[in-house]
Amino acid sequence: MSDYPLSVSHVIDPSTSTSERSTLLEKLHGWVVTVDHKRLGILYILYSTFFLLVAGAEALAMRIQLAYPHAHVLSAQVYNRFFTMHGTTMVFLVGMPFLFGFANYIVPLQIGARDMAFPRLNAFSFWMTAFGGLLLYYSFLGGAGLYGVGNAPDVGWFAYAPLTARSFSPGHATDYWALALIVSGFGTLGTAINIVATVISMRCKGMTLMRMPLFTWLLLVVSMLTLVTITPLTAAQFMLLIDRYLGGHFFDTQAGGSSLIWIHFFWIFGHPEVYVLVLPAFAIANDIIPVFCRKAIFGYPAMVAASVAIMFVSLSVWAHHMFTVGMTSVSNAFFTLSTMLVGVPTGIKIFNWIATLWGGRIRFTTPMLFCIGFLFQFLIAGLTGIMLSVSPWDWQLHNSYFVIAHFHYVLVGAIVFCIFAGIYYWYPKATGRLLNETLGKWHFWLFIIGFHITFDTMHFLGLLGMPRSIYTYQPDRGWNFLNLLVSIGGMIQGIAVLIFAYNFIVSYWRGEVAGDDPWDAWTLEWATSSPPPVYNFEEEPDVHSRRPLWDLKHPDDPDWEYES
Amino acid sequence: MQTRRALRLIRRSSAAACLLLASSMLIAQGTTPSTLAPASTPAHQIFDLSIFVVAITGGIFVVVGGLLAIALYRFRAQKTDPAGEPAQIYGSTQIELAWTVIPILIVVVLFLTTARIIFAIQDAPKPKAALDVTVIGHQFWWEFRYPKYGVITANELHIPVSSDSVPEATFLKLTSADVNHSFWIPQLAGKTDLIANHVNTMWMDPRTPGLYLGQCAQFCGSQHAMMLLRVYVDTPEQFDAWIKSQAQPTQQNPAVEAGRKVFERQACMNCHTVSGTAATGRFGPDLTHVMSRTTLASGAMDNTPANLRQWIKSPDTFKRGALMPAMQLNDEQLDQVTAYLETLK
Amino acid sequence: MSSVPVSHPVHSVEWHLPSKRRVGMTALIVGESAIFTIFVVAYVFYMGKSVSGPTPAQVLEIPILATICLLSSSITIWRAEKAIEDDRMGSFSVWLGATIALAAVFLTNTAIEWKKLMYQDGLIVSTNLFGTTFYSLVGLHATHVVVGMFLLTSVFIFSLFGWVDSRQSERFGVIALYWHFVDAVWIVVFTVVYLIGR
Repeated sequence: MSDYPLSVSHVIDPSTSTSERSTLLEKLHGWVVTVDHKRLGILYILYSTFFLLVAGAEALAMRIQLAYPHAHVLSAQVYNRFFTMHGTTMVFLVGMPFLFGFANYIVPLQIGARDMAFPRLNAFSFWMTAFGGLLLYYSFLGGAGLYGVGNAPDVGWFAYAPLTARSFSPGHATDYWALALIVSGFGTLGTAINIVATVISMRCKGMTLMRMPLFTWLLLVVSMLTLVTITPLTAAQFMLLIDRYLGGHFFDTQAGGSSLIWIHFFWIFGHPEVYVLVLPAFAIANDIIPVFCRKAIFGYPAMVAASVAIMFVSLSVWAHHMFTVGMTSVSNAFFTLSTMLVGVPTGIKIFNWIATLWGGRIRFTTPMLFCIGFLFQFLIAGLTGIMLSVSPWDWQLHNSYFVIAHFHYVLVGAIVFCIFAGIYYWYPKATGRLLNETLGKWHFWLFIIGFHITFDTMHFLGLLGMPRSIYTYQPDRGWNFLNLLVSIGGMIQGIAVLIFAYNFIVSYWRGEVAGDDPWDAWTLEWATSSPPPVYNFEEEPDVHSRRPLWDLKHPDDPDWEYES
Repeated sequence: MQTRRALRLIRRSSAAACLLLASSMLIAQGTTPSTLAPASTPAHQIFDLSIFVVAITGGIFVVVGGLLAIALYRFRAQKTDPAGEPAQIYGSTQIELAWTVIPILIVVVLFLTTARIIFAIQDAPKPKAALDVTVIGHQFWWEFRYPKYGVITANELHIPVSSDSVPEATFLKLTSADVNHSFWIPQLAGKTDLIANHVNTMWMDPRTPGLYLGQCAQFCGSQHAMMLLRVYVDTPEQFDAWIKSQAQPTQQNPAVEAGRKVFERQACMNCHTVSGTAATGRFGPDLTHVMSRTTLASGAMDNTPANLRQWIKSPDTFKRGALMPAMQLNDEQLDQVTAYLETLK
Repeated sequence: MSSVPVSHPVHSVEWHLPSKRRVGMTALIVGESAIFTIFVVAYVFYMGKSVSGPTPAQVLEIPILATICLLSSSITIWRAEKAIEDDRMGSFSVWLGATIALAAVFLTNTAIEWKKLMYQDGLIVSTNLFGTTFYSLVGLHATHVVVGMFLLTSVFIFSLFGWVDSRQSERFGVIALYWHFVDAVWIVVFTVVYLIGR
C-alpha cells in the first residue's frame, strides 16, 4: 500500500486531547480546518439538517397559503420564490449533502481505510457546497432586502428557458440560482471523485469489490453516476449565464435558439439526479434491514447487478419529464419503454428486501420502523412512477399534483425515511450515545401519519385537475377540502420533525451510552469504538467475506463458506 | 403486541383512505376539471388506458405489499424464538430469475398497450371537416385564432360539439409569444405545451356540450396561477351564431365617442385591437367582443362593469404581476372608457 | 479504544489496487467529458440555424498547424513520462519544455484566430448562434489547455530547480493523463467545428 498516509504516531488524536486545555476557539478552529472524513461527514449532516428545517418551513408556509382558496398569506411573488427555493434547497442543500455526509463518514470505516483518498479535496468540496448554499440563501437579503423575500430565485427549481432570460427575469434572482448551484456543483463533483477513488483504491486486504458492504457499493455507483449527472447541469448553467451576461443565444428564441434544448439538458441532469438521491437511500436500507431481521441480505450479487443496471438505464429515461413538449410519437414510446424498464431492477431490489425479511427475526427498533415505512412507500412510489411512465396518462398528470405526490413519495417517503433510519442507526457510532427510542417512535408514527395524510391526498388533487406551481386556486374547482387536508398533514409532519430535532440535540449529552456495537451488526465500522479514533483502525483489517464481524462472532459458521 | 396494534391501525387507516377517495369524487362538483370525468375522445382513451394500468399496478401492490405485510407479521421477533440467529439464506437463483422475468413480461404488456394509445392519439389523422384553432400563449392570457373565419379572440374558447353522426373535431396549433405555457383542459384532452419558436398540435373531440375548465399547466411567471381557461363546447347552432358575431367588426356608436377617444389617446390601442377602429395593438388581448366573455383577465374575475373599471384603474387589484400597467386615468376617463368597452359585445 | 484485528491465519493472496491518483483523474476526466459533450451537442444542434451573421464556411480557416502542434504535444509528453520513469531528468526537462512550447503555439494560434474573427469578421458571442456556440465550445477547450499549461509549466520550473525525480513519476503521469484528455477533446472539437460544421 504505497499510498498509505503518514504513520499513526504523527497523528494527534483529537478525541483524546485534553478538553480542559483547548479553548472554544481552538475547538471551532479544529472543525473549520479539519480534513478528517468523520468530521466532514458530521459537518455535511449538520448542514443538511439545518436546511431540512429551513426548506421544511418554506413548505409549511406554502401549505398555509394553499389551505384555502384565494388566501392572502403569501403573495404570488413570495409564493413563487418559496416553491423555487424549497425545491432547490431540498435537492442540493439537503438531499445531496445528507447522502454525501453519510458516505464520507461510513465508507472509509466500512472498507477499513484510514480516511478518504483525498482528504484536502474532501474539505474543499464540503466548503464549496456550503458556500454555494449560503450564496443561494443570501438572495433573500440581496436586492430588495427581506421585503417580498428579497431577490430569491422565482423561476421554479427547473428554471425553464426562456423564463430565465434577462427579458423575463430581470434582476439577479436567476443569477443567484445559477451561480450558487455551479459553486456547490464543483463541491459535489469533488466528493464524487473522492468516493470513487477511495472505494476503488483504498479497500483493506481481502475486501474485493464483491465483499464490500452494499452501502459502499451503492455509493460507488452513485458517485460514478454523479460524475455524468451534475456536470450537464453545470454546463447548462454556464450557457444560461453566457446568455444573460455575454449576449449569448443558447436559449434565445428570437435568435433561433431553443427553449427545448434547456429542457433536454436540464432533465439529462434531472432524472439521473433523482437516482443519485435515491440510491444512497437504498444503501442505508441495505445495511440496516439485515441487521434488524438477523439475516444476510438475500441475493447480494443481484443487488449489485441491479444497482449497476439502474445506473446505466437511468441515463436513458430523461424525456419522460417532457412527454408534453411535442416530441414525436416514436420518441414518446421510446421513453415510455425505457422508464418502464428501469422499474425492473428497482422492483427486483424490493423483492430482495422482502426475501431478506422472510424467515428472519424482525426487531422493530426505530431505524427498522423507518426502513419498513420506506419499503411500503417506495413500492407505492414505484407504481405511481409506472403510471406516469404511460405517456398518454402523463399528458393528463404531468405538472399536476399527482406528480408532486409521486416524487414526494420518493423523496420523503423513501429517501427522508431512510435518512432518518440512517441517523438512528449510525448516530450511536458517531457520538457514542443512542438516540431515545421512545421519542424515536413518537417521531416515526407522527411522521408517517402526517406523511400519508398529505401525500396520499395529493394524488387525488392531481387526478381532479390541480396543476402545480400555483399560489392559489379557484374555489369552484372542488379542491378546497383536499387542500386543507394536505396542509394539516404537513403540520403533523412538522411536529414530528421537531421531536426528532429535540432528540438529536439532547441525546448528545443525555443519551444512553452506546458502546462499540449496540445493534449487534456485521460490518467493519462496528469494530471500532464509538466514536472511532481519528485513525479509525489500529491495524489494517483483513477480511474474507461480506460480513467480517459475523465471521468473528460465528467462527463455526463463517460467511466465506457460503458466499459464491 | 405492538405489531398487532400497528396492523389494526393500518387496516383502519386504509379503510379511511378508501372512504376519502370515494367522497372526494362525490365532492367534485360539475365545474371540477377532473381527469376522471372525460368528455372527449382523447380524454376517454386516456381514462380507459389508466384503468388498465391501475388494475395491473394495483395487482402488483396487493401481491408485493401483501407479502411484505405477511413477512413483517410472521417473522417478527418473539420471546419464544430459539437462541442464536435464524438460518442465513444468501439467495436462490430460481426465485431471482422468476422475479426478473415476470416484471419484464408485465413491462412488455404495459408498453404495447400504451404504445397503441400513443399512436392513436398523437398520430390521429386530421379529418377534412375539422375546426382549426391557433392558440398563442402570452404572459398571462390566451390568444385564440380561427384562421378560416378570420376571428381573433382571447381567454374563452368556443368549439362545436362532436358526435358519431356529425363528427366535428377541433385541431389546435399551439405556440407561445413569450415563455413556455401549457394548455390543459382535463376533461377534453391531455395537456400540450406552448413553446416559442415551436408549433405543437393537439386535438379534441368533445361529446357533450357545456363549459369545461382548465388552466395553464407550465409555470410561466408570477401570475401563472391566474392564467385560467374556459372552453365552451357549443351545439352547432350556438357555435355558428357565436363565430358569426365574433367575425363582425364593431360599429361606430356615437354615444360612447368620448370613451373611444380615451381608448385611442390614452395608449390602450398600443396593446389592444378593436377591429373596425384604429386600435390594432397586439401585445394584449383582442377586445373587439370583450363583452361576449364571462370573465376578464383570463378568468381572474367576473365580467361586470365594476370589475372592468377597477381592472383598468389598477390591474394589481386582481392580478398583481399582470403585464397591463395601471393607465393613470382619472375618474371621468375611467367612466367613459368603461362605457365604451361595455358596448363591445 | 482500538479496533479488533479481523484476520485469518492463512492469507497469502497479493493485494494490489489501482492507484488512487489515476482513478481520481480518470473520474475527473469522465465528468469533464460530460460537460464537453453538452457543449458539443449544443454546437451540433445549432449548426446551420443562425438567423443572420457570418457562417462557419465564411470565416473559419482550418487550424492545421495548431492541431499538429497540440497533437504532437501528446507525443512529447509521453516521451517526458518515459524519461521521468527512468530518472533521466535532463531528457525530461527537454521533452516537457517541448510540450509547453507546442501548447503555446496552439494557444497563440487561437488568439490570432479569435482576433481575426472579432475584428475583421465581426463575430462575437452575441452575433448569432454560431458565435455563441463557437466561442463557448472552443473557449472551454482553450481554458482547459491554459490550466494544463499552468500545471506543466509549474512542473517544468520545479524540474529546473532539480526538485523533480522518478519518485514523482506517478504524479506526473496523472498530469499527462489530463493532457492526453485535452488533446482527445481537441480531436472532437476540431472535427465537429472545422470539418463537419463548415
